[in-house]
Amino acid sequence: MSLFFLFALVIGLTAIGWFTARMRAAQLRPTDGFRAHSLPSYHGWYVALWLGLPALIFLAIWAIFSPGLIEQSVLADPAAQVLPDSEIERAAILGEARALADGSLGAAFNPEAEELVPAYQQASGFYGIIGTIATLLLAFACGAFAFLRVRPDFRARNRVERVVMWVLLIASLIAILTTVGIVASLLFETIRFFDRISPIEFIFGTQWSPTSTTFSDDPGSFGAIPLFWGTILIGAIIAMIVAIPLGLMSAVYLTQYAPARVRSVMKPVLEILAGVPTVVYGYFAALTVAPAVRDFAVNVLGVSSASSESAMAAGVVMGVMIIPFVSSMADDSLAAVPSAMRDGSLAMGATNSETIKKVLIPAALPGIVGGVLLAVSRAIGETMIVVMAAGLAANLTANPFESVTTVTVQIVQLLTGDQEFDSSKTLAAFALGLVLFIVTLLLNIIALGVVKRFREAYE
Amino acid sequence: MNDATDTQAAPEAKPATDEPLVDPASLKMTARNVDVYYGDKQAIDDVSIDIGMDNVTAFIGPSGCGKSTFLRTLNRMNDTIPIARTSGQIELDGEDIYDPDMDVVQLRARVGMVFQKPNPFPKSIYENVAYGPRIHGLAGSKSELDQIVEKSLIRAGLFEEVKDRLDDSGTALSGGQQQRLCIARAIAVDPEVILMDEPCSALDPIATAKIEELIHELRGKYAIVIVTHNMQQAARVSQRTAFFHLGNLVEYGETSELFTNPHQERTKDYITGRYG
Repeated sequence: MSLFFLFALVIGLTAIGWFTARMRAAQLRPTDGFRAHSLPSYHGWYVALWLGLPALIFLAIWAIFSPGLIEQSVLADPAAQVLPDSEIERAAILGEARALADGSLGAAFNPEAEELVPAYQQASGFYGIIGTIATLLLAFACGAFAFLRVRPDFRARNRVERVVMWVLLIASLIAILTTVGIVASLLFETIRFFDRISPIEFIFGTQWSPTSTTFSDDPGSFGAIPLFWGTILIGAIIAMIVAIPLGLMSAVYLTQYAPARVRSVMKPVLEILAGVPTVVYGYFAALTVAPAVRDFAVNVLGVSSASSESAMAAGVVMGVMIIPFVSSMADDSLAAVPSAMRDGSLAMGATNSETIKKVLIPAALPGIVGGVLLAVSRAIGETMIVVMAAGLAANLTANPFESVTTVTVQIVQLLTGDQEFDSSKTLAAFALGLVLFIVTLLLNIIALGVVKRFREAYE
Repeated sequence: MNDATDTQAAPEAKPATDEPLVDPASLKMTARNVDVYYGDKQAIDDVSIDIGMDNVTAFIGPSGCGKSTFLRTLNRMNDTIPIARTSGQIELDGEDIYDPDMDVVQLRARVGMVFQKPNPFPKSIYENVAYGPRIHGLAGSKSELDQIVEKSLIRAGLFEEVKDRLDDSGTALSGGQQQRLCIARAIAVDPEVILMDEPCSALDPIATAKIEELIHELRGKYAIVIVTHNMQQAARVSQRTAFFHLGNLVEYGETSELFTNPHQERTKDYITGRYG
């Protein structure tokens, strides 16, 4: 019996358990003198959970371990004695035998595989029956145990509540554990990278050309400074020059000047800007903004070295993308400044703009700074815009019209296409990823800390 | 002179004497037939009142009677509430303050305000007091500004307590000190009228006593209007009292007269504690 069918069967049994337990609980109620503790549906859920959960958990574990068990019993078969010792060849032949056994492969390539088929079929049939019986037994046993507890005074509601709590806890833990797993994988690969290339060379070197080296372990070509500089130039300088004034001014307009009606239209529209897929920004940057920036630089400013892929184009578009972040954080912080401050200033005869400049913005500054830091952390982690519009050349230049490259672009560059996963070139991507991760993590922590302290001050 | 028994026959709020309550020579602000609406709700109904320069005027009345709303019409702070609408005439030295030509910035420099909750800016003590003079360009030099700040703090009775820490944050002071800082801030632009909206309601009795003492000292230098829900306070600090109820000005008279011999039944009920 296939795993999928078994799974569907357990789900079906669970549904039946829910219905019968609910019905039984509903019937119980009037005959017993007092009111039942829990509603019938809670009894239903209690039985369903007992019936379904252990069986499904067992099924999941079984699905993981049964192939190993089958393989072991096949290897114990006399026909397996002829298998070669090499691990890889043996695995290939076993795989072929499995495919032959379940009918997904017509003819054998290795004659040894053909001979293993009967053993395979026998073993998988045997373990299949064991798995099915165990699963169903577990479902029935647990279901019956729960079903017998359906009594008026049984506190099914509290137990179901507790299970709900556990389910929610596990759901939230999965996200956290994934983060931990990502960090761990980054960390191990990075350590392997630093075994080959010294961290000093990596962090302080100014020459970045890992793809051009024939001897890919030449430490001279793994200096990441041009990448860090490109990232900072685009994400933290140009993008912020665009995003901070525009975001702040739109927040000031929305909170202080806009009539309620204008605000109710403009705020959602501004938030739509945050929902545009970054890849769309990317080709907007590459196809529309970048040529315009180059033409402007060449014709108006006379910068002959202007490239069609420039830090300026990527930075400006990224800045536009970040505006909603800055604006919404600034909006929240301005709105959190007590209106008594504003009234106090207005009552002194200050105009609206004086009040904003001298009282509201200084008071909201921590929140605004927090928002800007979050925006920076997003900007330096942003990939699509820079991949499309910033270029690949690792230039260490302050000229924003030249092509620069960023950490994210190089990660994409190093990891796309066919890669050998033990070359320094590929491992460098993990080191870059770790640096990016640490920097954005620190920025986020600082930003959240700043924002939190500000909130405490006024609430 | 009327007495309390014939109040029903005297709908006019002012005492039926020929002599005006406020001496025309010291008349500072006059309000005639003022109505204020919040959306469709009428908060002030046909209020007329004279405010004199030489006295402290108290507005009393139960919560929601419109006394604070009316106070805020006197320096057009109600303009900051989008749904508020004011009609009628309010004059400052004979100038209509709701005239389209009136500069609200100038008006508020002349009619200062102190709020219910102390609201110093999150800046230093010095900067709080210097805020008004700076935006109105009152000081030509740093030393002139220093003088204005010092003078204002002295007048507000705060200078001795804070002279060594003018650079500390204004928000770090105690509640009573903060409120005196707000008064110093209002004084610093040299206003003609100071409006105080329940200035002691967030303060303890000792801080309250200090503010009341300060109001005594400031009397005569500025026309002071104070809103309070504390009748003892009105009796202590003011010379004239106006009693508001449900958006109406019920009675306006000499404080001593109003508290000992109210002309209106509603006033009498309020000051004897029957409601409010």
